[in-house]
Amino acid sequence: MKLKRLWQVFLTFFKIGGFTFGGGYAMIPLIQHEAVEKRKWVTDEDILDIVAIAESTPGPIAINSATFVGYRAAGVMGSAAATLGVVLPSFVIILALSFVLAQFQEVKYVQYAFRGIQAGVMALLFKALWTMYKKAPKSIASYIVMGASFLLTTFLPVNVIFVILGCGIFGILTSKFCPGLCKEGKK
Amino acid sequence: MAYLELFLTFFTIGIVTFGGGYAMLPMIQSEVAARWGELISESSLINFVAVSESTPGPFAINMATYVGSVVGRDAGGDFLASMLGSFCATMGVVLPSFIVILIVAKCYDRFKQSSLVKGAMSGLKPAVVGLIANAVLKVVRQVLIPSGFAWSIFSTSAFWISAGLFAVMAVLAFKKVHPIIIICISAAAGILFGCLGWL
Repeated sequence: MKLKRLWQVFLTFFKIGGFTFGGGYAMIPLIQHEAVEKRKWVTDEDILDIVAIAESTPGPIAINSATFVGYRAAGVMGSAAATLGVVLPSFVIILALSFVLAQFQEVKYVQYAFRGIQAGVMALLFKALWTMYKKAPKSIASYIVMGASFLLTTFLPVNVIFVILGCGIFGILTSKFCPGLCKEGKK
Repeated sequence: MAYLELFLTFFTIGIVTFGGGYAMLPMIQSEVAARWGELISESSLINFVAVSESTPGPFAINMATYVGSVVGRDAGGDFLASMLGSFCATMGVVLPSFIVILIVAKCYDRFKQSSLVKGAMSGLKPAVVGLIANAVLKVVRQVLIPSGFAWSIFSTSAFWISAGLFAVMAVLAFKKVHPIIIICISAAAGILFGCLGWL
């Protein structure tokens, strides 16, 4: 019975990992459909919590949500089964593709295609930047952090890790000692 | 040693990046440049962002698997070495969030109400914006002025084609056209202009 449940968890997340493009957030509706409506492992409310947790813990959103749902469905082993399931399809596909790409990258047309694609990726990154900006708090402290992290990494050889740690500590300190700076402006 | 380095590097990336896939790009960019710059050029990393977007699965896993496979192949030379590299990098990027979520799932209510977590997040969310802005700037430089800035760049057709294509694709992206369609159109445009000899 327990084994059957684990297998179900694995298969469900294998399917989710194999059929969603664009990662984390794109998976949420699918997780909702499979884990809430079909299997009833978690509730709709849990899904909202999962998104909130995934955003405030490190790591890929897809892994965070798979681990959480897997845990609710079948404990620690469930977490492992869900995570393995969600990772496996991309692992296999990308491993194969990295070989195919190495074979084809000398082909003239492939090089042309990637010249075009790079411009497209630039556009996608601008869109991602905009989405992240919209999700960030709009307070004085927040704008200071945005500016500082951009300037530090662009003009000084500062390690990204230190910037992230510093900004986390800055957030804790300002919200504790000068909450006025963290107040969000009128929207 | 290469495998341990892969695991540890991606473990660090997994532990310090909040906000999912694209938030990892700045770290991946700088770590790859510092450690495996000769194996993976800035340009091929950008190409791989496109591949990650057009294949199923989480962005972070795709990137880790790819970097692991290239580094592993260089260290061992065969398919097995490549697979081991992918495995180490993917395990590294997955493990931190796996462990953290297991802990959080057990004491969720305390985590949700923690003012420490809320405070840290109020600093981390805007930090990601600044870091991604830096990552985007690097990509812009690599795509538009790959061999450094010179005024003569404005008289090359390649610059204007890239810039124009970027503008059109940006409009499509903000109109919520699916990334895969954007990548397909850009690829087709690249082949067309390449064959015309304008790139």
